[in-house]
Amino acid sequence: MDIVYTIWLRSMKRYVRSKSRIVGSIAMPLFLLVFLGFGLNSVVSATSLGQQYVMFLVPGMVAMSVLFTSVFSGIQIIWDKQFGFLKETLIAPVTRLEIMFGQTVGGATTAVIQGIILMVLAVLMGLRIENPAGFFVALGFMILVGIAFTAFGIAIASRMEDMTGFQLIMNFVVFPLFGLSGALFPISSLPGWLEPVTLLDPLTYGVEGIRYGLTGVSQINPIISAAVIAGFAVAMTVIGAYLFRKISV
Amino acid sequence: MTIAIHVADLTRRFGDLVAVDRINFEIVQGEIFGLLGPNGAGKTTTLAMLSTMLEPTSGAAQIMGIDIKKDQDGVRKAIGIVFQDQSLDEELTAWENMDFHGRLYRIPRETREQRIDELLNLVELFDRRNDIVKTFSGGMRRRLEIARGLLHHPAVLFLDEPTLGLDPQTRNHLWKYIEDLAKEKNITIILTTHYMEEADRLCDRIAIIDHGKIIALDTPARLKESIGGDVVTIQSPDTSKISTALSVPWIKRLETHDGEVILTLENAEQHLSMIVTRLNEEKVSITSISVHKPTLEDVFLSFTGKTIRDEDISRKDAMRMHFRMMRH
Ligand SMILES: Nc1ncnc2c1ncn2[C@@H]1O[C@H](COP(=O)(O)OP(=O)(O)OP(=O)(O)O)[C@@H](O)[C@H]1O
Ligand SMILES: [Mg+2]
Repeated sequence: MDIVYTIWLRSMKRYVRSKSRIVGSIAMPLFLLVFLGFGLNSVVSATSLGQQYVMFLVPGMVAMSVLFTSVFSGIQIIWDKQFGFLKETLIAPVTRLEIMFGQTVGGATTAVIQGIILMVLAVLMGLRIENPAGFFVALGFMILVGIAFTAFGIAIASRMEDMTGFQLIMNFVVFPLFGLSGALFPISSLPGWLEPVTLLDPLTYGVEGIRYGLTGVSQINPIISAAVIAGFAVAMTVIGAYLFRKISV
Repeated sequence: MTIAIHVADLTRRFGDLVAVDRINFEIVQGEIFGLLGPNGAGKTTTLAMLSTMLEPTSGAAQIMGIDIKKDQDGVRKAIGIVFQDQSLDEELTAWENMDFHGRLYRIPRETREQRIDELLNLVELFDRRNDIVKTFSGGMRRRLEIARGLLHHPAVLFLDEPTLGLDPQTRNHLWKYIEDLAKEKNITIILTTHYMEEADRLCDRIAIIDHGKIIALDTPARLKESIGGDVVTIQSPDTSKISTALSVPWIKRLETHDGEVILTLENAEQHLSMIVTRLNEEKVSITSISVHKPTLEDVFLSFTGKTIRDEDISRKDAMRMHFRMMRH
């Protein structure tokens, strides 16, 4: 536990110092929220949503900032590899599992903080959380998404030599996962043949869960969402731990 | 005398390449032992195996009696290591880098903090303890890494090219630290280098390693004695004529290298005028002539037939080519 804490502590220190990273990964979802949210608010008919489009979009953007921050936190192991710091960690008399857990918890924490910052900004922009308990429901889902995708990033980083493959992963894995997740539009508005695909996207359940927490409305039963995203988080952690065990420097 | 490190037939292959080829040695506690060799000789690979970072292909080794294959955690607790390439977290302060290490080695808080202060003082970084490592010079980083490697009080310290790329002044400074450490803390140190001067000054014993093999192992003094006399270097435009001109019994060895002829003989000062006379008789022109006591450089040359500098030059060229390619 103390080792996990040590690695977590390092992540936190680095996070707090990386102002540009904090601002950078908030900017994208925030801009989308402002431009798409307010821009399309009157265009998108509210009837199918039962709420204003901008309010529909908030949970999606919260999920987005958690998603991108956590994938990026996991991938950061490649920097540690290139800057040599990973050796310092791997040579210590600690297990790789402890190191991996520490990285995962650290990455998930930063991701959730980023999500909360976005949520606060949304509240300032007029979002009203109907039920205070809903905030904690959303928080729970954000933690699960954060863990799952940090572990995903670690798994990828364990197999990559340098950052050259990073763009590829972003374009062909992370963006599609995000696009299909119903963060930007209701799943039900997609053509029928695409709907099953969105249901295969684990992030869909994360987005739906956060949406349920923040707005009280969702298209998937929150219990099912919780079960799927929790299962996915566990699976990714196991895969990440397995691949990290074989990492070489 | 306690044996700190015992290495038996240690071997590592990478595909067809034998990076480390059945090496053997024993290091006693408190000794500073040097692995001296050119680039690619297998120094880092040897340290990687001894520190459990890399599996040996065959052979065995024990550190403080602990087997490197059977008890990796045991070995890791007993050793400290300064890697050839930098391994600090540049975003953290000097103190935080130390603290991270101390926590990883599960040193209780009070001891940890006390030792961090003490070690940062030792390497003269205490005043800079709260500065981010990114702002440190190469020498400061190296000193911090050495301090970090000592934090958990290892019995054995591995230093992989501790002064590579540092200016002579910083290098001298670091040598003093390393010497003091070995003396004061009775730590066994194994260091790799391709600086002759460094090996000569610091090491109690030196293993000269080339192409994965140990080709000589002894104290610096005895290695130099093995040359058998003094060294005379003659620079001349017609080196080829020198060997015939100087085929006399009192010259023990004669080698031509890079437009220089290197002679080995006893009492060189007394023979110098004879050498010059003979060369004049044979009409060999001399650009310069110098006499010196044998250095490890001469030892290296006599064992491998090349100077360690040859390799350095080719490495620099490789770097230059690399940069040229990057620009295009
Ligand atoms: N992971 C690896 N895969 C393949 N070959 C390797 C690997 N690591 C080292 N080698 C090769 O093994 C040989 C020994 O390398 P090593 O790094 O031990 O040399 P060194 O003596 O430390 O050299 P230097 O002075 O450049 O640090 C080299 O030919 C190197 O190319
Ligand atoms: Mg090396």
